[in-house]
Amino acid sequence: MPQPTNNDSVLYGPVRKLLRELSELPGPSGLEEAAQDRIAAVLNLYCDSVHRDALGNCIGVKSGEGPSPRPRVLLAAHMDEIGLIITRIEDGGFLRFAPVGGIDPRALLAQEVTVLTDPPLFGYVGVKPPHLMDSAERERAVPIEDMFIDVGLPEADVRRRVPVGTPVVVRRPFTNLLGTRATGKALDNRAGVCAMLEAARLLSGLRFSADVYFVATVQEEVGLRGAITSAYRIVPDMAIAVDVGFGEAPGLPEDQVIGVGKGPAIALGPNVHPRLHERLVQTAREHGIPHQIEPMPGSSGTDAWAMQVSRSGVPTAVVSIPLRYMHTAAEVVDLEDIRQTARLLALFAAGLTASDKEGWSRALA
Amino acid sequence: MLLRELSEIPGVSGDEHRVRDRIWQAIRDRVEGARVDALGNLIAWKGSGLPGPRVMLAAHMDEVGLMITRIDSHGLLRFRKVGGIDDRVLPAKTVRIGPEGIPGVIGGKPRHLLKPGEEKKPVSAEDLYIDIGAASREEVERVVRPGMYAAFATEFAEVGDGVVKGKAFDDRAGCALLVDLLAEDFPFPVFGVFTVQEEIGLRGARVAAYDVAPDLALVLEGTTCADIPGAAPHGQSTVFGAGPAITVMDATSIPSRPLVDGLVRAAQRRGIPWQWKRTAFGGTDAGSIHLTREGVPAATVSVPCRYIHSPCAFMNGSDYENTRRLLLGFLQDLPAAAAGLHGV
Amino acid sequence: MNPPTIDLTRLKSLIAELAPAFGPSGEEGPIRELIAARVRPLVDEVRTDALGNLIAVKRGGASGARRVMVSAHMDEIGVIVTHIDDDGFLRFAPVGAMRAPVLLGQRVMFDDGTVGTVGSEKLDDPKDLKLDRLFIDIGAASRKEAAERVRIGSMAVYAQDVRAAGRCLTGKALDDRSGCAALIEVMHQLQAEPSPHDVYFVFSVQEEVGLRGARTAAYAIEPDVAFAVDVTATGDIPKGERLAVKVGGGAAIKIKDRSLITHPRLRRLLIDTAEACGIPYQLEVLPYGGTDAGAVHLTRAGVPSGVISIPTRYLHTPGEMLDPHDVAAAAALLAEALRNPLAVGPD
Repeated sequence: MPQPTNNDSVLYGPVRKLLRELSELPGPSGLEEAAQDRIAAVLNLYCDSVHRDALGNCIGVKSGEGPSPRPRVLLAAHMDEIGLIITRIEDGGFLRFAPVGGIDPRALLAQEVTVLTDPPLFGYVGVKPPHLMDSAERERAVPIEDMFIDVGLPEADVRRRVPVGTPVVVRRPFTNLLGTRATGKALDNRAGVCAMLEAARLLSGLRFSADVYFVATVQEEVGLRGAITSAYRIVPDMAIAVDVGFGEAPGLPEDQVIGVGKGPAIALGPNVHPRLHERLVQTAREHGIPHQIEPMPGSSGTDAWAMQVSRSGVPTAVVSIPLRYMHTAAEVVDLEDIRQTARLLALFAAGLTASDKEGWSRALA
Repeated sequence: MLLRELSEIPGVSGDEHRVRDRIWQAIRDRVEGARVDALGNLIAWKGSGLPGPRVMLAAHMDEVGLMITRIDSHGLLRFRKVGGIDDRVLPAKTVRIGPEGIPGVIGGKPRHLLKPGEEKKPVSAEDLYIDIGAASREEVERVVRPGMYAAFATEFAEVGDGVVKGKAFDDRAGCALLVDLLAEDFPFPVFGVFTVQEEIGLRGARVAAYDVAPDLALVLEGTTCADIPGAAPHGQSTVFGAGPAITVMDATSIPSRPLVDGLVRAAQRRGIPWQWKRTAFGGTDAGSIHLTREGVPAATVSVPCRYIHSPCAFMNGSDYENTRRLLLGFLQDLPAAAAGLHGV
Repeated sequence: MNPPTIDLTRLKSLIAELAPAFGPSGEEGPIRELIAARVRPLVDEVRTDALGNLIAVKRGGASGARRVMVSAHMDEIGVIVTHIDDDGFLRFAPVGAMRAPVLLGQRVMFDDGTVGTVGSEKLDDPKDLKLDRLFIDIGAASRKEAAERVRIGSMAVYAQDVRAAGRCLTGKALDDRSGCAALIEVMHQLQAEPSPHDVYFVFSVQEEVGLRGARTAAYAIEPDVAFAVDVTATGDIPKGERLAVKVGGGAAIKIKDRSLITHPRLRRLLIDTAEACGIPYQLEVLPYGGTDAGAVHLTRAGVPSGVISIPTRYLHTPGEMLDPHDVAAAAALLAEALRNPLAVGPD
């Protein structure tokens, strides 16, 4: 395994450690409790107050200096990951399952998984050997309905220990790759959560006059659900979703990817308020933060899509961390992208002034 | 003619400000006040102190179009669609790009070079690009950046007998109708809402309706009209020249029956020709408005337009005029009918 | 604790009364009137809202009482007339998840009692059996004659009553009139042994076209906690879907469907309640579908929500089939849950 250099450990050590921990937390959509507890604990280190709402969103608040009303900015990163859920126990103790969130079944076959019972069970997504398949079967991808998880226990034990509805996540220890890159599961969007938590830490060392709401949202992968309720509750003046974007790789359409290691991507399109876009770009330029522009012609597919239409409308922006092999157990990110995203968010929030509360909605004369 | 100007202004979803500015010029002397919200909706009102139901009249400003996503090494522009466009209408059309309205043409492979059988397959937007006449990427980058919008460059004109042709009648026809209606005075509060982002999910209307909290809402639209060769009578939706179309159901809402009945009565009482919209697919801003807060009775009235969501649509002048008369008649009848509209 | 005693005869006759009534999404008038008449004596207040939801309120009035929304949808799938041809045949569009193979040859009825048969154009290939190739024949000889009975926008539903089949009941619209019946049974239960909470029983509209009624009702009610009672698919028929839920296996406590992941604390509460009271139950994961709770739990700042499901075979056909004992179990579980302190709110 590549050994970090000294410089590496100063610049990336804390982020690397945090990302490893976040990546390995189990937290499929709607069943994020373990992730909620840990992320709330980290938010507590940097925020004035932390609470959890009815759906489980973790909301940390850092209040700015200066008189009220201060501009209120919401930073959202979803903490849920895609996963599986047990639908039925078959004869022999094999577990049938359905996806939680958008899974490509082709990347699921022959994966090691963790069945989230108490205590958790090791599982394996079993495969039918090719010599038992007819030629038609060999030609097509295995449908998810035909897959099963084997936990290596007798049927009676399985029925006792694994109720229908038990969540499952892929099992994949976080691994450092060359340089500043790393691989693991759930980096969509623990990379975003990591950047947001790091931004909270950075902001603690800055003077700022906005009220900053750090929200680790739930259930993004099943319909941006946590963003809907948290934005309603917080009533922000502006909101930024921090999520991952498609990192460039061979075979992907070149106009739909962002460069890995080239810094956060700042989106442009109907889901983004032009003034907020400009402010983010300006912040990046002023502070020498490498960044890229990402056109998004329709839905961003992020929490910002939901937050924008909360109540009477919220100015929103989207900042994306480049990530390869999205929604698989082998996601790859560059720590430098996470670090620069954190800087962008913290410096953006610190740059807000009282005047940023105004003008998003304006009277005409 | 306002519709001519509105039709020709580019205003793809998310980039509606030029349309908004023109509408504001047209209505500023007709309304009591107005604001632009965080998404870009124009919300204008009059009669705000009057008793009676708060009536929201909505028309969307945005149109379907394109967004530039990448400039390739030859200086050609790759794009993606904004809103629902049939890829097959794209080849060999002209567009205007970005704030400067840089002209471009949508190009693709010439038919001579197609593989055998390829001409029988529908063209895909991924195989097309926009050519602005640049010789290099650098030359493009001086005037066009990824993220800029492109709208069809279609001239408005009067054609045939009392017919107009142009782009974006869905829903600049509704916008023009709403501007006309705001010239009138009503004995109840009226909110004229020109919405954004209808074509990508009824998004502007959703927040505007939350903000206005109306007692009832009417959505003014330009809708499908497929009375064309090869269309079965039950698939036509509407008939050209047969008057305003009243919706009984679509994919996003089932209109309030009392409102629908009120519209029919208003037409019958005045001898205004009208028709049912005879298909149930698609959606309008009523889909998001009626689910706002505690629920809002809403209905949709449309001007039939042939070839909507393509670079050029046809609209019959008599349909526009009859839609205007119907809406006005409905609003005149409203004070008497209002009592019966709330609750069921 | 003992399970509450459910009057099974009363429950069955209520289902048999509610299910045949007319009430497609958007045209729920007849079923609403029927339900309103049944619930008025059992609650403190009954009202309707702008979309047509029927809301019946039973106040608990205890200190620390929570506002609990309990919903079952009263609408059913149907068809809407979109065109009347010269010969008096009616073309239509679906209202909700209506499928052509199921509809072909069925008798349908309009709210004025007009009935018709669903016929098909001559098809060259069974794969061409799509809704736009079907029509309704109401026995009219001309457009004019047809237009005396129906208009564009008129809706129709399956014409089918409820019959006993062994220990099961079969009929149309058990989705979700069986849930409506369960709610009414819960009202009876709360007469005998009240809930401390203010319970808002919502008979919702337009669930089948997108959970619409529940959304606006929840906005108005602002509940602290919500439950929905609806039907769910089963995995107990020959070569059927691979689902764990069985007809006759008790009330199904929903863990997940496409619209909702049940709040973990509510899930535990429902399981614990069923265990403590000896109410038969099973756990349900449905890989598709949704219920009112999907809309309710995203209302305002979020509402912890759970679903109690009634296992039902042949959903969205005129021959839906369920076991009334499961409906009784659902009602019993809900009644018991409503007597719980329901302390499941945000931090």
